[in-house]
Amino acid sequence: MTDMTITNILMAGVGGQGTLLASEILSEVLMQAGYDVKKAEVHGMAQRGGSVVSHVRFGKKVFSPIIPEGDADVLFGFELLETYRYLPLVKKTGAVVVNNLRISPPSVALGKAEYPQDIARKLNERVDNVRIVDGLELAEQAGNSRTVNTVLLGALSNTLAPSLEQWVAAIKSLVPERFQDVNLKAFELGRTAG
Amino acid sequence: MQKTVLSGNEAFARAAYEAGVAVASAYPGTPSTEILENITQYDRIDASWAPNEKVALEVGIGASIGGARTIVTMKHVGVNVAADPLFTFSYTGVRGGLVLVVADDPEMHSSQDEQDSRQYARFAKVPMFEPADSQEALDFTRLAFDVSEQFDTPVFVRSTTRISHSKSIVELGEPLAELPETGLVRNPGKFVMLPSNARVRHPLVEKRLEEMSEWACAQGFNRIEAGDGQLGIITSGVAYQYAREVFPEADILKLGMVYPLPGQMIRDFAARFKTLYVIEELDPFIEEQVRAMGIVVTGKDKVPICGELTPGRLREAFSVNPQRLEPIEEVLPSRPPNMCPGCPHRNVFHALNRLKAYVTGDIGCYTLGFMPPLSAMDTCICMGASIGNATGLSKVLDEEERKKVVAVIGDSTFLHTGINGLMDMVYNKSTATVLILDNSTTGMTGRQDNPATGYTLDGDTAYQVDLEAICRALGVKHVVTIDPFQVDNTRAVIKEAMERPEVSVVITRRPCVLIKHDVVKTSTPLYVDQEKCVACKACLTIGCPAISWESGKVGEKGYCRIDRLICNGCQVCMQLCKFDAFGVCDD
Repeated sequence: MTDMTITNILMAGVGGQGTLLASEILSEVLMQAGYDVKKAEVHGMAQRGGSVVSHVRFGKKVFSPIIPEGDADVLFGFELLETYRYLPLVKKTGAVVVNNLRISPPSVALGKAEYPQDIARKLNERVDNVRIVDGLELAEQAGNSRTVNTVLLGALSNTLAPSLEQWVAAIKSLVPERFQDVNLKAFELGRTAG
Repeated sequence: MQKTVLSGNEAFARAAYEAGVAVASAYPGTPSTEILENITQYDRIDASWAPNEKVALEVGIGASIGGARTIVTMKHVGVNVAADPLFTFSYTGVRGGLVLVVADDPEMHSSQDEQDSRQYARFAKVPMFEPADSQEALDFTRLAFDVSEQFDTPVFVRSTTRISHSKSIVELGEPLAELPETGLVRNPGKFVMLPSNARVRHPLVEKRLEEMSEWACAQGFNRIEAGDGQLGIITSGVAYQYAREVFPEADILKLGMVYPLPGQMIRDFAARFKTLYVIEELDPFIEEQVRAMGIVVTGKDKVPICGELTPGRLREAFSVNPQRLEPIEEVLPSRPPNMCPGCPHRNVFHALNRLKAYVTGDIGCYTLGFMPPLSAMDTCICMGASIGNATGLSKVLDEEERKKVVAVIGDSTFLHTGINGLMDMVYNKSTATVLILDNSTTGMTGRQDNPATGYTLDGDTAYQVDLEAICRALGVKHVVTIDPFQVDNTRAVIKEAMERPEVSVVITRRPCVLIKHDVVKTSTPLYVDQEKCVACKACLTIGCPAISWESGKVGEKGYCRIDRLICNGCQVCMQLCKFDAFGVCDD
């Protein structure tokens, strides 16, 4: 029988936040590190500011591209509410790495619903290991507010096996050359903070 | 060979290149769209967007008859449009291999139904491969071209959202060095489907399927994975991955070709097990055929027909390690997709809402006009349906109600299958109103070009279809073109069109803010003066993501605010404000 140990990373965010590039870099680094990797997401209608989810799975051999419900080891969140929404899919012993950002969904923007309070506390109540990252602040420190996704990858990288060199190589292979330095800086800041 | 991470759609495109495809045609549709977009990286393939899937397949058939290997791609509902040529092409067979990749959308992530395309394989008597990951997407599609030529038949490759949009590691193959020879070869007995010729072809089709069923028993794409001998599972596609995950000890017959089935192989496999499951997504397609062989199986009595299969749903169906998820108790505000800030469609639906129109809708970004607070769509059936629906509806209404009926259709959808509806509307003297929302792109699928944009798939300039002239040529006397950012004028023009006792067309023209060519230069963002805002919330009625409500402190009034990072300065909200509370930011 094959070794069935698989690590599952569930990414959650809002359409347009750059989760796609982050999941690309993540898959690349895991493949370079010698794992079998699968990643699943949905395009089309799911964009346009809607809730978006990506599944990244790696191990010796991965079958299903989507994570069995309740088996996520890491919930990697780009926005607080979307992270909270998918919390039931995470193992109690799992980890949450989440961007400290609120984006109001339409009903909240229209004043017809409240944005949930104290999400950080609620995450901590359910999952053992929660890290909250000030993505935008660190991205601005790195020199470009659009590098939040790379900051978050840096924070996530602490929970995973690949070496710093492997991460740097993956970022260099997928980020256009003129944005590489700022993204590497962003990654480093996230890695230190996370 | 080189290893890389590819999505299923990237792998389908790569397969076309490796197999020596010369012509590729498609109409965009999630989750199939990126196949053709990825094919454009291979210079030797002539790839183009067709106005609809029927044309795409007909172009493909022509190229095949000319001797070229050809790929045609579409989403599941696209096959409904292409079904007419498909069924007869099954009779004629091919010259150059033709593969039709169809991408289904179980769970309807971005579709109006979740029809199971495998039924088309049986219905049209066309063989169908079904890959389970990106490597198989590449290998099976490449193989499908050989099979197409070997058995003289078009071949389906069926994908689903989880195959098309999942990425996995792929080992690339060596591309064919030379493309097959092309040129005119006359063969009317084979390609002219008059009754006398078709009667000759049909028995060949039946014979072909019988031969393939036997042949498929000895092919590597149908394989048995040994387990502990207690449980047998027959499965295919992404469902195979879920079955492997949930039943790691089972013996699995993994079908790479789901039609025709390898009859003897299934009988031999089934005979070894007391317990036999068929695990498949959507319809009991394999299950019913296996049952018809007289084999007892468990399948859709446990596995749901509706929605996509997931490892969790499979665990639940068979009570294997079911996980008890603890749901979140508070009700969380949902986050549905929305039109972008600065979207030219938004104000059109605001006007239709205010005019209390009964809106027959269509397929595109503008279907989001259904969502509150715009809430201005009453029907949506399929591509192009809005116009015919409006005609039919008008037939059974009294004069007052009839004025309320407005069909709404995008530029790409109008050219896809809307023109015939408008022709009928004029020909049969309907009085309904048609709005063509021309945003110069095929938006929802990711901004593809179409014959009205003036560009081709490759980005070359092309003749730009004149929508006004088409409408006039069909006999519409009243055709008006407006800028949908002008709030009062939009409402006034639509109102006048609705009152008219004859067909009228209003074209609302303004490019999508995300358009690829002739990039839209967005205007300076706006702000709301909190002092002047009287909290009437008029600006909130357009549901723009850039505008939000801030409830003031206790005892103070609330106010609206604009997120200047996402505001595109379209000024639609500004025109709705009666209190002059909006201003343009200094830059």
